[in-house]
Amino acid sequence: MDRLIALLKENARISLEDAALQLDMSPEEVATALENLEVAGVIRAYQAIVNEDKLEADQVTAVIEVKVTPEREGGFDHIASRICRYPEVTSMYLMSGQYDLMLFVEGPDLRTVATFVSARLSSIPGVTGTATHFRLKTYKHHGVLMEQDQAHERLQVSP
Amino acid sequence: MTSPAYKPIRDRLASTVVDLPRSGIRDFFDIVSQMKEVISLGVGEPDFTTPWHIREGTMYSLEQGQTGYTSNLGMPKLRKAISGYVERTFGPSYHPDKEILITVGVSEALDLAVRALCNPGDEVIYHEPCYVSYRPLITLAHAKPVILETSAEDNFRVTAERLRPLITERTKLLILNFPNNPTGGGLSAEDVKGIAELAVEKDLIVITDEIYSELTYDRPHVSIAAMPGMRDRTIFLHGFSKALAMTGWRIGFACAPPELTEAMMKIHQYTMLCAPVMSQEAAYQALRHPERDIQEMKESYWRRRNFLHASFVSIGLKCQKPEGAFYMFPEIRDFGISSKEFAIKLLEQEQVAAVPGTAFGACGEGHLRCCYATSMEQLKVAVTRIERFIGGLK
Repeated sequence: MDRLIALLKENARISLEDAALQLDMSPEEVATALENLEVAGVIRAYQAIVNEDKLEADQVTAVIEVKVTPEREGGFDHIASRICRYPEVTSMYLMSGQYDLMLFVEGPDLRTVATFVSARLSSIPGVTGTATHFRLKTYKHHGVLMEQDQAHERLQVSP
Repeated sequence: MTSPAYKPIRDRLASTVVDLPRSGIRDFFDIVSQMKEVISLGVGEPDFTTPWHIREGTMYSLEQGQTGYTSNLGMPKLRKAISGYVERTFGPSYHPDKEILITVGVSEALDLAVRALCNPGDEVIYHEPCYVSYRPLITLAHAKPVILETSAEDNFRVTAERLRPLITERTKLLILNFPNNPTGGGLSAEDVKGIAELAVEKDLIVITDEIYSELTYDRPHVSIAAMPGMRDRTIFLHGFSKALAMTGWRIGFACAPPELTEAMMKIHQYTMLCAPVMSQEAAYQALRHPERDIQEMKESYWRRRNFLHASFVSIGLKCQKPEGAFYMFPEIRDFGISSKEFAIKLLEQEQVAAVPGTAFGACGEGHLRCCYATSMEQLKVAVTRIERFIGGLK
């Protein structure tokens, strides 16, 4: 199971047949394992890793640190579930340290993201403070370097 | 004025060198290097770059000005790290100050070991198919190479039973290399135990080249150095090239009882002085947390082994499932042409490079060494091309 997940985290587009060959399983076994992972909610989605900096359309990403007051019932989860449902929020984590929630927010321009923070986020009851940092450039995303390393010449034949 | 008589250079060369055959790999390399768009299954090294923390740590040491000679044996902190790693990975314990020598790759360690032990005429038993330098190193030490031929039928194993008849009064040394380049073959604990008992009985010294040991896939690797009675008659050779993707750093080591280490060190100090300091630092960095790096790369080779083996079998190539290293050694004798002819035609017609089995000894005839340390995409294309090629041969 762990080996299948590791393989998919490297390449989610791999065919059942290829995965089976590489993992010394049958395609049917891979299909069943995959289905179990999906049903159990271990695998939540399959997505492409995109270098946004290479896209024509500008996209603004902000990392927002949010301080909140945990509720008596439900702690951070209740308020977190309200915040993370906004489609502008692409990732969100509960953090240890100086602030409580870390959000990744995307929008077509600065103004949209700024409006989201001032109008929507800050006004949610329980949110006591925010700090917004805009992304300037992506070097690495989900373990993938955005700049390809220069192909290194390897000998064609060696002992 | 006529110039003084000039004796051709060839006539002045040492006869052992003149008689040394060119490596079959070099011949093949010359042909491949003329060609473009080749998919190469011909390499003997990982397709990973050295893990970043190793490179970063080494650069820092250079920034700090660590550029001088080290002790002949190698940096004390590295020998200490090796002592710990060898003990927890393989079993035997070696004293960092007296029993470990850092060398320029396992290649140098092997040369030192053979030269430290052999007198002219001593017999050295080794097994073929094997890495290209064993025989020449034995010859260069003026010893006599004695070959044990292994075969696919026997999973390329060496057993005590097969070794026994080769042992004579003059047998000084036995060289073992498992997991094996080029066959990918390995030995069971039972096999290793049998060989160890024979070595003790016949009072042989064993050089064991275990450079691929971390890349053992289906059962735990067993070192002969860990067998009863073997520690003090074994030279354990290992390095960082394969499991930690550090081939170009040229760094390896030998572990052996003090007198043997001292003898090897004598040659090393006059020929090499010490292994390059930055490579020693890199090896030290590598040994700080090697398990995770090794595991990740091993997992990737394991997948590719499974893929290539299943693919070869499905296109009709007979092939042992390799136990270790990153080589597949399929049989091609049914196609009625020699390994060399097969390899050259495959290269010319389909631009796939694989090394003829004969580059690793005469008994490699009928085989091809295919290294699967290359991308899955390339492996897939290679399989398609090989299938087309053998279709045309039938």
